[in-house]
Amino acid sequence: MIETLINIILFAMLVLTALAVVRINHLFAVVMLSGVFSLLSALLFVTLDAVDVAFTEAAVGAGISTVLMLGTIALTARTQKKSTRSGMVPFIVVVVTGAALVYGTLDMPDFGDPNAPASLHVAPEYMIGSIKDIDVPNVVTSILASYRGYDTLGETAVVFTAGIGVLALLSGLSRRRREDEEEDV
Amino acid sequence: MHHHLILRVVTKMLVGAIILFAFYVQFHGDFSPGGGFQAGVIMAVAFILYGIVFGLNKVKQVFPPWLVHKMIALGVLLYAGTGVASLFLGYSFLDYDAFNPHHPSHGQHWGILAVELGVGITVTGVMVAIYYAFANRPPPMKDEDW
Repeated sequence: MIETLINIILFAMLVLTALAVVRINHLFAVVMLSGVFSLLSALLFVTLDAVDVAFTEAAVGAGISTVLMLGTIALTARTQKKSTRSGMVPFIVVVVTGAALVYGTLDMPDFGDPNAPASLHVAPEYMIGSIKDIDVPNVVTSILASYRGYDTLGETAVVFTAGIGVLALLSGLSRRRREDEEEDV
Repeated sequence: MHHHLILRVVTKMLVGAIILFAFYVQFHGDFSPGGGFQAGVIMAVAFILYGIVFGLNKVKQVFPPWLVHKMIALGVLLYAGTGVASLFLGYSFLDYDAFNPHHPSHGQHWGILAVELGVGITVTGVMVAIYYAFANRPPPMKDEDW
């Protein structure tokens, strides 16, 4: 009962934050509100007992993303340009997509259903093996690092590639500009 | 940010605690929430906070860009190297039982420690490198412009 109440309050605040993000033109406020949005979703993950995901959301979504967005604002503009076109078409697209997503959740198993397909396939093996074979109490870690080590290696490679990509795009430019300036002198 | 005395004092006190917490999340990930990804981000946040308050040049003295760039590759190498090491010991790629065949669970602990450390190093490097890349570019904003 109390959990339902907390969920309703958190979701209401989430919707209000999203509406504020859409309405406000001042980008600094928008970035801060997106950080608030991430923190609220982290709280929702905690009520779902997904503390590892909540941790990541709080650290990456509310922390690093906010800093990077602020860095982007510092390089670009402080206010959003007024759009001349009407918002009707995007609004309809959003409503239709949202309705399709809600329709899709109707077939999903209930929250915490032990007969859900996701908890029947390899999950029981991992739950038992995490204590018996690996002796690691946090099942998330044993799945992430051991059972699904290949996937995590791939994720690390993705982070690596993203970092190299940003470096190639941003650092390369500044170096070229510096060289140009030296030539001008 | 020369005039923000409170921010500077609080930052000096917080940076150490943040780094300590990052190490806790990194090496206690087997028992509590967290792991390499989260620890890497928290570690990067400590340096980014220092950079925001004390300036980019100060943080670059502490954590030079060449080291950051090496770390990006080092973490992936450590992760993949763990897999290659288990191959050389006659087991499958990333099968950590190889590191202690008599106590497979101990081998698993070593393997998880190594790959999580690899993840943490890469994530720290990438986050700090991205911050450097953003903060490196003119124009710096004045406080009043926000």
